[in-house]
Amino acid sequence: MKSVLVVDDSSATRSLITSMLEDIGGIDVFEASSGFEALKILPRQPFDLVVTDINMPDINGFELVSFVKNNEKYKNIPVIFISTERNEGEINKGMSLGAFAYITKPFNTEEFHGIVKKALSL
Amino acid sequence: MKTSKKDFIVEAEEIIESVNNSLLDLQGGFNPETLNSVFRGIHTLKGLSGLFGLKGITDLSHTLESLLDDLRLGRLELTDDVINFVFSNIDILKNIISQVSEEKQIDDVSDTIKEIESFRKASDTKSKDISLEGFGISPSILNVLSNYEEHRLETNIKEGNGLYLIKAIFNLTEFAPGLEALNSNLKSLGELIATLPISEGISEGSIGFKLLLGSPMNTDDIKSKVGTADVEVISQPKKAEPSPLTSKLKEVSLKSSTNTVRVDIEKLDRILDTISELVLAKGAVIRIGQELAESVGFISLTLDVHKISQTLDRKLAELQEYVLDLRMVPFSQIFTRLVQVIRRYSREAGKEIDIEIYGEDTKIDKQLAEEIIDPLIHLIRNAIDHGIEPKDKRLMLGKKERGAVTLKAFPEGNKVVIMVQDDGAGLDTDKILRKAIERQMVPENQMLERKEIFDLIFVPGLSTKTEVSEVSGRGVGMDIVKEKITSLGGFVDIESEHGKGTTFNLTLPITLAIIKALIIQVASDRFAVPLTSVAETFFVEREKIQTIEGREVIERRGEMLPLLRVADVFKLEESPNDECFAIVVGFGSRRIGLLVDNLLDQTEVVIRPLGECLKNIRGLGGAAEIGRHEIVLVLDVENMMEEAFTRKKVSRAAFNA
Repeated sequence: MKSVLVVDDSSATRSLITSMLEDIGGIDVFEASSGFEALKILPRQPFDLVVTDINMPDINGFELVSFVKNNEKYKNIPVIFISTERNEGEINKGMSLGAFAYITKPFNTEEFHGIVKKALSL
Repeated sequence: MKTSKKDFIVEAEEIIESVNNSLLDLQGGFNPETLNSVFRGIHTLKGLSGLFGLKGITDLSHTLESLLDDLRLGRLELTDDVINFVFSNIDILKNIISQVSEEKQIDDVSDTIKEIESFRKASDTKSKDISLEGFGISPSILNVLSNYEEHRLETNIKEGNGLYLIKAIFNLTEFAPGLEALNSNLKSLGELIATLPISEGISEGSIGFKLLLGSPMNTDDIKSKVGTADVEVISQPKKAEPSPLTSKLKEVSLKSSTNTVRVDIEKLDRILDTISELVLAKGAVIRIGQELAESVGFISLTLDVHKISQTLDRKLAELQEYVLDLRMVPFSQIFTRLVQVIRRYSREAGKEIDIEIYGEDTKIDKQLAEEIIDPLIHLIRNAIDHGIEPKDKRLMLGKKERGAVTLKAFPEGNKVVIMVQDDGAGLDTDKILRKAIERQMVPENQMLERKEIFDLIFVPGLSTKTEVSEVSGRGVGMDIVKEKITSLGGFVDIESEHGKGTTFNLTLPITLAIIKALIIQVASDRFAVPLTSVAETFFVEREKIQTIEGREVIERRGEMLPLLRVADVFKLEESPNDECFAIVVGFGSRRIGLLVDNLLDQTEVVIRPLGECLKNIRGLGGAAEIGRHEIVLVLDVENMMEEAFTRKKVSRAAFNA
């Protein structure tokens, strides 16, 4: 069983991503509705992947990922950004923080499944 | 896929509501955080609709988002005109969302998109701001700032504020309260630009945050407010005099302001269903108790059963009350939406209007709240358009320059009254009557009471104003308003004085879920009549029924009450007894007596919809279970009255011809 943390402030988006992940099978999904909540959930158990939105209240996705990638305990967890922002600068910013992938919304299920499986080495 | 379109609609509607609220706040004064929340709302809607494949919404919110992005990044100035423009586009989005929810074809948005784009082009978009490099901010911070945070940073630099980096360490598992307290202290000093979680050099079990603050205050002031947190000065404020705090730095807590969960109303209905089944089970327990009481040798057992059924009774009633209460929402939810409507339409009509609101805390069933919004909007449009006079005319009449619209909600027994009042021209009874006669809705020389004349405005096809304006010209007519309210088991009452203003009072049941019903008997069948529709019941001797103008009536308190035999409606055989009962339904001039064989009981029922085969039968509104697994049909009183009055009109017309 792999554990994935989904961070997004939109509950409908979160549950859509969750159900897409569950369709892959063998994945336990945890949801956080904000960056703060993600910070609280992260230490509770080992995660194999973090999927996060960028534009969120309190702390943004970049700030969250920068924290993850600079933390000894979490830095090896692959991170996937999901954002509507297609701007080159934003994508570069995300990737240079050490993200595994940057997916722009909308995206299709196959594409998403492919990237997630790769990140989880499934 | 488990996630349904319903999730989308629920969230999309919430977004629209909160965006509208934020825009209203922005009308009251600029606040960067509020503007950013509008942007974030539309941004979320864009992503969300994209995932659900709703291209029209995605495209429109994308264009709108670009406009909002220009605004929040300061490339475009936020003026009242811009806010109104955004308001009108949010309205379009809202419409499309309801089209999605009703599974209708959604409107083409390409023109709207073009309009927004040309609006953006026409407005001055300022050139890109200063570069952020060279201000001593470390790349590790610059690299994680969002566009918006960058913009706020630039603004703070431009305004000559000092930049400070406050570092604080908290316990990992419960950092929220401490961080919030620190944040709110910082917000009183200036603007909190970004919050960055850090873990370098921080011990296990702890978490650190770097908070980037822009403030006109000097280092000592900042240090005195942050407790043990460490303050790093990136740059000092440029102004010598720290300016006192301006109101635009409103405190906004990060904490969610409510402690709530969202529940689908269907789930609550399921609980109500279960409760009504339990009520039936309770009935069985009571019957067992009665049987025990009649048998010999069970005295103590009888007492026990009696005690238990009393407890059951009380607890079930409590449970029912709790669940019903869960369905209730305060009127403030409706009023916020109506205030927007009033602002928008008064602007369109070029009239200045003061809005007064009372009874925001009064509660109403969520489902009902949704149903009455459109009728209320229509009444408001009418008040603004036809009621309130133009400014110069008001001054001439010695009225206050600004018109007034009052919205009020208050409970009255098991009903709730919603009042929509304006201080405009009022209804002109002579004019209404003249028009009704012209259109042959009323025979000439017919004497009508004031209230009856007012009621004429609900008759389809009667408009008191010759020119139909842009504002009230679209959408529903007064007849639809009335129909809607009556279909909800309510009624409309009008008070109006020519020259002084008009008041509409809508009386509605507080909830649609559980109703008190009168169980009646016709032939060997039982029916339920919602008690909210019943004005009174009385005993009728059949020989006193008279026939006038081809219809049956009975004298009641000196007036003739038209009668309708329920047996006739459903083609049943009435009992041959000399006596029966009349149930008076309706109000004012639209009262009729329903003739039934017997009145059996008063009880609480949960009305359930009828199945496909019974759905279209006139006069039936649903089914309800009333004990011993017996199902009764619920009479649709409004529908029966309509039937009765159409007949009356026809016969009257025939008589007049």
